[in-house]
Amino acid sequence: MFPPGEGINHLKNIMATNNNLQDYELMVIFTPVLSDDDYKNAQKKLSDFVTENGGQIVNQDAWGLRSLAYPINKKTTGLYYVLEFKAQHDVNAKLEIQMNRNEHIIRHMITRLDKFAVKYNGRKRNPSVEHAS
Amino acid sequence: MAKQNEIKFLTTQRVEKRPKKYCRFKKMGIRYIDYKDGEFLKKFLNEQGRMLPRRITGNSLKFQRKVSQAIKKARQMAILPYVTDLLK
Repeated sequence: MFPPGEGINHLKNIMATNNNLQDYELMVIFTPVLSDDDYKNAQKKLSDFVTENGGQIVNQDAWGLRSLAYPINKKTTGLYYVLEFKAQHDVNAKLEIQMNRNEHIIRHMITRLDKFAVKYNGRKRNPSVEHAS
Repeated sequence: MAKQNEIKFLTTQRVEKRPKKYCRFKKMGIRYIDYKDGEFLKKFLNEQGRMLPRRITGNSLKFQRKVSQAIKKARQMAILPYVTDLLK
């Protein structure tokens, strides 16, 4: 099946490079007091942090200012930011520490995406693919 | 012999027949429920922002669970309220 002495290691290498990357989605609410530049810098900081730790950015989406359904920290609006990325599982814990330290972030959530979610997000981004597949 | 319309029953028969409920996710082939889409999730909430039970929505157990998880995520991220009045 495999050449002797090579097979298992080869498999391990493949798994280390590709299959350990999980799909995640990060949603962050920043305080509405941020200026446009600060908002962009804060987004960049998060996406850079993911790429520095061996992750790949799939998509990022800045929703901008939105009213919250209920007040958080006496604020009724927030700057939303959604980041879809692939990373190894240990990145999230580090990312969470970063976000908890950041005073501008009033709420954050990381969701693991299954294969249907990845498909759904891809279709949402470019609906033309939907007809082709 | 009595004709069909002359037969009288002791108990009253229910004439109206409700259409059978179905799981819309199974029917439409939706596999993933997005927590970011608040307007869609509002279909599964009542006026006070509480989740509707399965016997009303008709969802299958699998998708009711996914709906509830999506709603709870949306609530955490302030896309949907925990409690309100007059949601719709």
